[in-house]
Amino acid sequence: MSSITRDEVAHLARLARLQLPEDELEHYAGQLDAILHAVARVTEVAGEDVPPTSHPLPLVNVTRPDETHRSLTAEEALSGAPAAEDSRFRVPRILGEEA
Amino acid sequence: MTDTTTDLVRLSATETAGVIARGEASAADVAKAHLDRIGAVDGAVHAFLHVDAEGALAAAREVDDKRARGEEQGPLAGVPLALKDVMAQRGVPTTCGSKMLEGWRPPYDSTVVTRLRAAGVVILGKTNMDEFAMGSSTEHSAYGATHNPWDLDRIPGGSGGGSAAAVAAYEAPLAIGTDTGGSIRQPAAVTGTVGVKPTYGGVSRYGLVAFSSSLDQAGPCSRTVLDAALLHEAIGGHDPRDSTSIDAPLPPVVAAAREGAQGRLDGVRVGVVRELSGEGYQPGVEQRFHEAVDLLRELGATVTEVSCPHFQYALSAYYLIAPSECSSNLARFDAMRYGLRVGDDGEHSAEEVMALTRAAGFGPEVKRRIMLGTYALSSGYYDAYYGSAQKVRTLISRDFAQAYEQVDVLVSPTTPTTAFPLGSKLEDPIAMYLNDLCTIPSNLAGGAAMSLPCGLSPDDGLPVGLQIMAPAMADDRLYRVGAAVETALADRWGGNLLTQAPELQEKA
Amino acid sequence: MKTVEPDLVPYDEAVAAYDVVMGIEVHVELSTASKMFCGCSTAFGAEPNTQTCPTCLGLPGSLPVLNQQAVESAIRIGLALGCDVAEWCRFARKNYFYPDMPKNFQTSQYDEPICFDGATTVEVEGREFVIPIERAHMEEDTGKSLHVGGATGRIHGADHSLVDYNRAGIPLIEIVTKPIEGTGALAPQVARAYVAHLRDLLRSLGVSDVRMEQGSLRADLNVSLRRAPEAPFGTRSETKNVNSLRSVERAVRYEISRHAGIIDAGMKVTQETRHWHEDTGITTAGRSKEQAEDYRYFPEPDLVPVAPERAWVEQLKAALPEPPAVRRPRLQAGWGFSDLEMRDVLNVGALDLIEQTVAAGTAPAAARKWWLTELARRANEQGVELDALPVTPAHVATVQSLVDAGELNDKLARQVFEGVLAGEGTPEQVVEKRGLKLVSDDGALTAAVEEALAANPDVVAKVRGGKHQAAGALVGAVMKATKGQADAARVRELLLERIGVDH
Ligand SMILES: [Mg+2]
Ligand SMILES: [Zn+2]
Repeated sequence: MSSITRDEVAHLARLARLQLPEDELEHYAGQLDAILHAVARVTEVAGEDVPPTSHPLPLVNVTRPDETHRSLTAEEALSGAPAAEDSRFRVPRILGEEA
Repeated sequence: MTDTTTDLVRLSATETAGVIARGEASAADVAKAHLDRIGAVDGAVHAFLHVDAEGALAAAREVDDKRARGEEQGPLAGVPLALKDVMAQRGVPTTCGSKMLEGWRPPYDSTVVTRLRAAGVVILGKTNMDEFAMGSSTEHSAYGATHNPWDLDRIPGGSGGGSAAAVAAYEAPLAIGTDTGGSIRQPAAVTGTVGVKPTYGGVSRYGLVAFSSSLDQAGPCSRTVLDAALLHEAIGGHDPRDSTSIDAPLPPVVAAAREGAQGRLDGVRVGVVRELSGEGYQPGVEQRFHEAVDLLRELGATVTEVSCPHFQYALSAYYLIAPSECSSNLARFDAMRYGLRVGDDGEHSAEEVMALTRAAGFGPEVKRRIMLGTYALSSGYYDAYYGSAQKVRTLISRDFAQAYEQVDVLVSPTTPTTAFPLGSKLEDPIAMYLNDLCTIPSNLAGGAAMSLPCGLSPDDGLPVGLQIMAPAMADDRLYRVGAAVETALADRWGGNLLTQAPELQEKA
Repeated sequence: MKTVEPDLVPYDEAVAAYDVVMGIEVHVELSTASKMFCGCSTAFGAEPNTQTCPTCLGLPGSLPVLNQQAVESAIRIGLALGCDVAEWCRFARKNYFYPDMPKNFQTSQYDEPICFDGATTVEVEGREFVIPIERAHMEEDTGKSLHVGGATGRIHGADHSLVDYNRAGIPLIEIVTKPIEGTGALAPQVARAYVAHLRDLLRSLGVSDVRMEQGSLRADLNVSLRRAPEAPFGTRSETKNVNSLRSVERAVRYEISRHAGIIDAGMKVTQETRHWHEDTGITTAGRSKEQAEDYRYFPEPDLVPVAPERAWVEQLKAALPEPPAVRRPRLQAGWGFSDLEMRDVLNVGALDLIEQTVAAGTAPAAARKWWLTELARRANEQGVELDALPVTPAHVATVQSLVDAGELNDKLARQVFEGVLAGEGTPEQVVEKRGLKLVSDDGALTAAVEEALAANPDVVAKVRGGKHQAAGALVGAVMKATKGQADAARVRELLLERIGVDH
């Protein structure tokens, strides 16, 4: 397995929205590299014919009827908000795309 | 016999409920005794992050009122409990041991809390934990470490070190823990208490702040096997709010605990997992474990050695799957809707505030795992890391299935070592991860597992845990075998292991 | 970032020089009572953040539980599009950060869609086009942001944003086509016809309100050009969230011209998302796909797999409404429309409207007349779809019944529609308020008839001489004198009576 570089850590931090200082990037690169080397052994036994397990129990088709429940009040919904305005969550200006 | 505070806090949950039911003490007195005990020792132990005296006394008085009215109450009515701070409780601070959620009060109750309330259990407060349940020592709490009541310079295990320490320090007879890779069982082992990870899907995860959704499971922490069974029964069973909850009756765990306490295990087939021993295992731990296996034989069980060859890959699979799921589960902590917000100065954008907040609000272990998981899921690495790990999971489940064709339960030490000194593994994540070597396979396969005390390691005098594992939905087997072992050992020791713990200095 | 784009190539030249390939992704909001994964209401227009709960706010500890009705709707949509239904499939998490999205992942489906591999047929200018369907999968909508400060309320230049999560978690079905090839110059119309077809289909299934103006059906349009049908696919652009049929056609047309301009200038088309601007009729660049997010999809551990019972799927299939390809010829035959008439009906999207009008008691020809002339003209003037007009099939049926009863003539009927469109109420209320009753009372008409006879002795003579059609001039005179409010048929009768000829 390839070892993980500082630049890769910077990329991961960006993807994960973690604003890390330069020295921490180096530090994590070393640690992540060590951990990835240690866990890479999973590839040794994971043959083509082995199906992956995403859920520990084989349950299927768990659904609920299409019925409404009582929602939170706007006040309850906003109770933990760092900032609110006009019954809405106030957030800093958004740079990205309108999704 | 129960007229002093010290007596009340040393009772088991079963005894406490009996004392209240018979009117020998009120639930309010019991709650006060425990709040006093917390006031006296928690400065040293630091098991609690938040003590809800008001809420506890109100709940206790309700139990007393109901008793006065002659209403029928459950077997845990009035019994105090410590709740791991990863469980949402309406209006009560729920931090998950993280700065990210400092001051957050959920507007809703987890299902576990709803059921505890219905059972008349008195919730004393929230216990310390590794941040977002990531760790094996409770040192990764943003609010400082919890100390092991057996030796205050040692770790109480993790992530649920607070819950285990609270039970061991007689601050509460019961606690709720959550177990993703061993976070109930490993703390139980190193504090000389009982901890059970129920079958995945046996206890609702609704309101349990997710670390790794396919592995997390809440369960009981206690000082006796029967207490654990009663708590298990109170919180377990199907919940339509959790899609992964099993829609079937809970196995008869309380009946099994009572049956086990009769002492004999004739006809029970026990398998010793060959792969969970040897290099890296503390000799004193292995010695006590082998004595426990001998005891099982003496009690009438048939003991054989079984091989689970893929268990050696469990730790690696776990440290890919859990971080992958956590990288996604913890994405919601973004400073927009609740919790910490850093850098909102009118200049920084939402994107920048997210990244600044997450850098400031998460500790190093959480960041490490988020990045590890982000890596394991990212394009180009998914198949090799996350994909392979999920295949290993299949292989481990097959190992279990084969083993359970031959035996009813599997046993191993719960942890390779006893409690290590605080700070000794903080800079070496891999050494820290090795604590969960024995506990992780059950999480990966979804089966049930218990840790109970099996003695003090002769090399350091610290508690050793015996792990019992059972197939999914066969949780009752844990209680039958566990109660038999507990009863036999208590006979040998003249009381449970905790009676051998050093007295904590009580602060006046 | 700002690059100067080459001039557009006129559409006809563009499609003469290049082969067009399209791909269309449509997001449909289901009309379930509750959200995809929680019991919050989906009702439109509630006060902000009053239709949220721990689950759809993504509060720590909350969990999703799948809406059974949404699964059923997804399967029915897939079946109606000729898709296979998965034996077993899972949800996946699509991970990316955005303030509208409470969990910072969208619960969606990835490589295991519930429905896949279908096809459906649309007709444009008498030609049939098979639209191959790649998949239809379930997912959830996001919340809505209001951008505050700055000039336009748009995202750029805003001081901050205010987020309402009422829409977060609304059930969506995403329907994705395979590459649509071989449409030639008709590409924009085929795109429009496909979206219109989906709209009709979804409405007939009763699974969605399909209100494009409210965003409950929106299309993402992928367009690419290549030199020849044999050539590999060109680089595509994806125009997001187009929410009217007219815009679908215009946006595809625009992109074809734009791509052709870029390729003709010897430049490379950028793979990117584009935004459609209804007002100016152009698209502008959005996020470039070169810096595309890595979504890190993985199976959603909080939801268990969906494995629809085969018997249930068969049952749903058997109960599907009549497919358009069967229904259209049936209606055409029943109504006695010519092929040409039927094509016009389909082109303006009047099929359902006429069907409902006929069901309300109107003769098919009359129903067609109103919807395809007067009302189609009005819709066109207002730039809206025919069914977005405030006039309903019931209104048309009422107006026509008044005409049939001799209480309105066509001219007055048009005025009634004008009143209904102006918001003056129901046809009855408009007739009342505007005083549009046809004068058929003989007493009131006699004077005008006498006057017309007296003023036109030569015409009277012609009629008396056997030229009955000459009476038209006399009718006209009476109508003029009564300002059009006379019942023309009765006027004719009275005139002929007075002249003394049989009628
Ligand atoms: Mg989508
Ligand atoms: Zn909701």
